Amino acid sequence: MRQHRTTAAVLSAICMGFGQLYNRQWIKGIILSLIGIAGLYFFITSIGGYLWGIITLGEKGNHFEMVDGMNKLVRGDHSIELMIEGLIVLLLLALYLIAYYANIKNAYNAGKQRDLGQKPNTFMKTLNYIFEVKFAQSFLTLPAIGILFFTIMPIIFMVMLAFTNYSAPNNTPPANLVDWVGFETFTSLVALKSWSHTFYGVLIWTLIWAVLATVTTYFGGMMVALLIQQKGIRFKGVWRVILIIPYAIPQLISLLVMRNLFNGQFGPINQYFKYFGLDGLPWLTDPFWAKVTVIVVNMWVGIPVSMLLIISVLTTIPKDLYEAAEVDGATGYRKFKIITLPMILFSTAPVLIAQFAGNINNFNAIFLLTNGNPVVGDYQYAGATDLLVTWLYKLTLDQERYNMASAVGIIIFLIIASFSIYNYRRSRSFKEEDMIQ
Amino acid sequence: MGIKLKNTIRLTLSYILLVIIAICCIYPAAWVILSSLRPGKSLYSKTFIPETFTISHYQELFTSKTFMFTTWYGNTLKIAVISMLIGTLLVLLTSYSVSRFRFKGRKNALSTILVLGMFPGFMSMIAIYILLNSLELLNTHMALIIVYAAGAPLGGTLIMKGFLDTIPRSLDEAAKIDGATNFAIFRKIILPLSKPMITYMALTLFVGPWVDFIFARLVLRTPENWTLAVGLWDLVNSQQNSNFTLFAAASVLIALPITILFVFLQRLLVDGMTAGASKG
Repeated sequence: MRQHRTTAAVLSAICMGFGQLYNRQWIKGIILSLIGIAGLYFFITSIGGYLWGIITLGEKGNHFEMVDGMNKLVRGDHSIELMIEGLIVLLLLALYLIAYYANIKNAYNAGKQRDLGQKPNTFMKTLNYIFEVKFAQSFLTLPAIGILFFTIMPIIFMVMLAFTNYSAPNNTPPANLVDWVGFETFTSLVALKSWSHTFYGVLIWTLIWAVLATVTTYFGGMMVALLIQQKGIRFKGVWRVILIIPYAIPQLISLLVMRNLFNGQFGPINQYFKYFGLDGLPWLTDPFWAKVTVIVVNMWVGIPVSMLLIISVLTTIPKDLYEAAEVDGATGYRKFKIITLPMILFSTAPVLIAQFAGNINNFNAIFLLTNGNPVVGDYQYAGATDLLVTWLYKLTLDQERYNMASAVGIIIFLIIASFSIYNYRRSRSFKEEDMIQ
Repeated sequence: MGIKLKNTIRLTLSYILLVIIAICCIYPAAWVILSSLRPGKSLYSKTFIPETFTISHYQELFTSKTFMFTTWYGNTLKIAVISMLIGTLLVLLTSYSVSRFRFKGRKNALSTILVLGMFPGFMSMIAIYILLNSLELLNTHMALIIVYAAGAPLGGTLIMKGFLDTIPRSLDEAAKIDGATNFAIFRKIILPLSKPMITYMALTLFVGPWVDFIFARLVLRTPENWTLAVGLWDLVNSQQNSNFTLFAAASVLIALPITILFVFLQRLLVDGMTAGASKG
């Protein structure tokens, strides 16, 4: 018996596609060979340079060199570009190695078929196999590649940044080089007085904000929903449409409008205060009142969503529950406490947790309304209403403190991810997904 | 009699509360619409309803040389529609695959999608910026479309999958016995049955580019390439609200299409929100 399988596998290991050619799968063999040779050529010639780049992050910044007797500025190594290019090439290498492995396995299997006296798959059969049997994996390839390069790659890059000293004013390419510094960024974030003071201050406000914002919108929404769904209220549809308006206006617009509405000097709110003979309040300029304002405005934005959600839950509560309670002589309040509230809480719990996680990251509400201001003197680039995520924005785009921003980003991620994974894992749609039908 | 009186009081109080809440809801919108019709430029106004009305601010939007409203409207519409189409398709493909097929690493893929969605987006912006720069895509609409569409499966897959899980699998199986290919099943059974969810998905993917001012501002460098959100943001920041009425007029025109879509599709929105989390 001829050992086609070994020969094919060895040939494929030497170069992608050769095993397939040996198995007389011509079209597949040629396509794979071309990819394989191009890949080999690329990686053998250039991987060294990219590895050097990502490990050393460059050796010379912009510097002067004697050219023809004159001092000229020579462009040095751009550490960050070296880092990203190195990262992309490593990802490509990983994809290539996976493809290589699959190719050897495929040649081996086809060879095995020949050993058993069967004909290996023709090209048409292969296509059919890809689109029918392996349908899901084939369909997922395109989105997966998109996610790999536009989400995973940036995230790895960000995590890497936290371990460098990439930060204004001393380490910004192309003028200067960036170096690996290990955990230094994290230690200064939690231990260095100037940074840790800001960090803990912003972190505490973020948590307070997330709790208050979630609770106020949730129970506000519940109250409004109960109000509309009461027995005897007419034109329920009309009320609902009116109350949904804040949700329907894009936040970009409504929050910028709110910022003007609460303007301390010329805004109409303070104007009404003066009309009633009261002094206006420093809505956006005083640390305490700015916090009140963002919570209130967030209620305006967030209550309609909770309201819609809770109305949809209310309509699913069976009527006979209430009738049974009435027979037992329950009052309105008691009916609410033993039937309505538990039912609502039970079916909206996942959404509630999701909203809490969303509020920790609620960039729009803060950034558009107060921009994190008013500024707090002893904070590092943060204001009284800044959340971690808006502080992160300022650190990145305004201050160019990239390494610190990355460290903050990782911490935000850890907080949110733990909530969301807990939430998702305990949801029924994850646990019992195959039992629904 | 007592019960009836109590009922009347309860209803009257409820109506009063509802009216107050309704006024709070409408007031900012009404205020900005009225401001956009007010002569002058300032934020300050003596009365809620302006003494005279003018549409000059709207005219200025369409004639101004620095505020290229029509160009931006066109840009935004183009970017939003194309990335909505590609994004919806990608979401459908991924969610159909993970909902209907069982393969190795599927649960891990789902958890990965969930986790990846939670990284703060700004951090990836630096990396994407450098990536786009080396692909020479900076300052193009193509770049935005690619990034928006590539990001769509992260946000949408779990919600869409939750919905697709509720379509009975016996339908697929019956079609398969009749010899339908996977693609035919997708097109003839899944697509028609998930229309409401697709509408929801398309709507959210349309609104995203419509209001994104952070990433778009980073990528689009010249004013004639800007989108509405970038232009509006620039107006607010560069002029320090010195031209408030123009801002109001622009706001009205930017918000209008989205607001109308949302009000009409409000039922869909709730279904969409709950589908991912609580169904099943």
